Amino acid sequence: MEPFSTLSGIAVPLDEANLDTNQLCPTRFNKVPKGPRFAQILLHDRRFNADGSEKPDYILNQEPYRRAVVAVAGRNFGVGSSRETAVFGLIGFGIRSVIAPNFGDIFFNNSLKNGLLPVRLPAATVEKLMRQLLAERGARMTVDLPNQTVIGPDGESYRFDIEPLSKRRLLRGLDEIAHTQEYSGAIKQFENAQKTALPWLYS
Amino acid sequence: MKTLFDKVWDSHVVAREEDETLLYVDRCLIHEGSRHTFDALHERGLAVAHPEKVFAFSDHYIPTDPRARVQGVASIPDPEIRNMVELLIRNTDEFKISRFGWGDERQGILHVAGPELGLSQPGIVLVGADSHTSTHGAFGNLSFGIGASETTHVVATQTIWQRRPKSLRITIDGRLGFGVTAKDIILAIIAKIGIGGAIGYVIEYTGSTIAGMTMNERMTVCNMSIEAGARAGMIAPDDTTYAFLADRAFAPKGRAWDEALKFWRSLPSDAEAKFDKDVQLDATGVAPMVTWGTNPEQALPITGSVPDPGREPNGERRTEYANALSYMGLSAGMPLTNIAIDRVFIGSCTNSRIDDLRAAASVAKLGHAVVPAWVVPGSESVRRQAEAEGLDRVFIAAGFEWRAPGCSLCTALNGDQLKPGERCGSTSNRNFQGRQGPGGRTHLMSPAMAAAAALRGRLTDVRELSARN
Repeated sequence: MEPFSTLSGIAVPLDEANLDTNQLCPTRFNKVPKGPRFAQILLHDRRFNADGSEKPDYILNQEPYRRAVVAVAGRNFGVGSSRETAVFGLIGFGIRSVIAPNFGDIFFNNSLKNGLLPVRLPAATVEKLMRQLLAERGARMTVDLPNQTVIGPDGESYRFDIEPLSKRRLLRGLDEIAHTQEYSGAIKQFENAQKTALPWLYS
Repeated sequence: MKTLFDKVWDSHVVAREEDETLLYVDRCLIHEGSRHTFDALHERGLAVAHPEKVFAFSDHYIPTDPRARVQGVASIPDPEIRNMVELLIRNTDEFKISRFGWGDERQGILHVAGPELGLSQPGIVLVGADSHTSTHGAFGNLSFGIGASETTHVVATQTIWQRRPKSLRITIDGRLGFGVTAKDIILAIIAKIGIGGAIGYVIEYTGSTIAGMTMNERMTVCNMSIEAGARAGMIAPDDTTYAFLADRAFAPKGRAWDEALKFWRSLPSDAEAKFDKDVQLDATGVAPMVTWGTNPEQALPITGSVPDPGREPNGERRTEYANALSYMGLSAGMPLTNIAIDRVFIGSCTNSRIDDLRAAASVAKLGHAVVPAWVVPGSESVRRQAEAEGLDRVFIAAGFEWRAPGCSLCTALNGDQLKPGERCGSTSNRNFQGRQGPGGRTHLMSPAMAAAAALRGRLTDVRELSARN
């Protein structure tokens, strides 16, 4: 996983609530192996016509948003299916952080495993950022993970919460499986105790 | 004083680091879509820690055309879809994981076939590579869906890192009215609390309505917990649960059963246990529900009308409603029963069990379908049971199509899908834009309501239809 530290760049306003994972990655693309194709797959049916041509009205098809690294979105971002391809799409496109009032639970976890930082900010703050981004095309924002702050287009900063372990993993690009394997003794111990307590799970 | 959730969670803690807990996972369910997990295992040269705790189902990509099923995997015309079905076979063979696949009499949707096998037991932690894994919580366990990276972590280590969720108790009391089902109850709950209403929570459903439900009905309720944003849904185990589990392939037998039963009986929430949040629903006030919009909270009683965005005081919601009406091709204020449909789908991990097919058949036999209507049983076992009861013949006589088990038109991954603009009355769980195929329009409802819609060619209050006969 690529480490995440401080991210600065163009922020795209995705001014819509309830962008579920079916929109982020339409189902038929779930079978695509992880890789560069996902740059095109993100929000595919919003961005492309049935014949494959671009819909020029959609914000991600406009300059300078093709180079966006941050997205600001409405509530319930990433609800729905557990498909991790929704995260592959954002990363493939170049977006490394999404700011929203709340996130679908599975999407939130999937993001953290792929070096995409989901930032929860109060709805009023997100709305304010959205208005600023809509007012100033191509405005830039900063997401500073070490200091847990988001810096808006006007330079105002907002603190966000993140679990310390998730933060450490992201900052260092830590491999979670390797980390968990350090607990192999405790896992074995758990299994031995469970085998005695609930033997039917082992027969 | 502990809740059911507390008891299951606390008994699975392997380690803690700051705010995160390493939880032991007793069972992991995967399916053809789990290719990204196997890709990751291969790329990193990882082994599966406990192949005997991982169970694979062929459901998302398997064709549901009975003729194709006779012909075998090689007959799938789309090479990418065929590849997904073949990948599961190769990968599960390589890692020695049990597979309930093509041609197996135990094949079915993971959330239908898994419980039938007795895999979903009280007190366990079960994860699945699918968001509707919340279904299994109907058996009094902690079950939730995870993504591909988390699945890789689980199969490699048999554990998962979690932040402890908060607890939400939803109490549902009262008898279900005529024509009202478990599906209507869960749609009413989601309409009430919203699709983000339970984000960060595990729900425990309780109350007299839940106590009176069969396991199949309880699974329908827990299945859609994820549509309210919940991490999981749970129902305390009781005699209904134990009766369902007895003699299942993976259920304990003999002395082990007695031991297990003693443990299971200790699991229900203590009377004084505290929940972070409480919600109540009076089941007697619930009518048959349908969705009109593009997410599951946009649901109303069938007696209602399409909402008018102009009358919505909240600006954000006004836009959402207007967008939903535009995508759905509906006009504000039209009675829901005036919405004409192009086809009907009865199936999915929400509503493809025997109770669902019985309910749909009892309506289907009152007339003849006027639009294409598919019935897709959730598993081979459901298919056999339905055929033994003659339900397949009821459906066929009423002009419905009787198909082979799989996810089919709910996920639209296997080639079963709506055409752009097509409108479907569906017993599935999601009405998101494009869920049943690009441009497809979905109205969620119960199996009886879907059968009624098939007979009338429009959304229909099943109570009218049944009452007259």
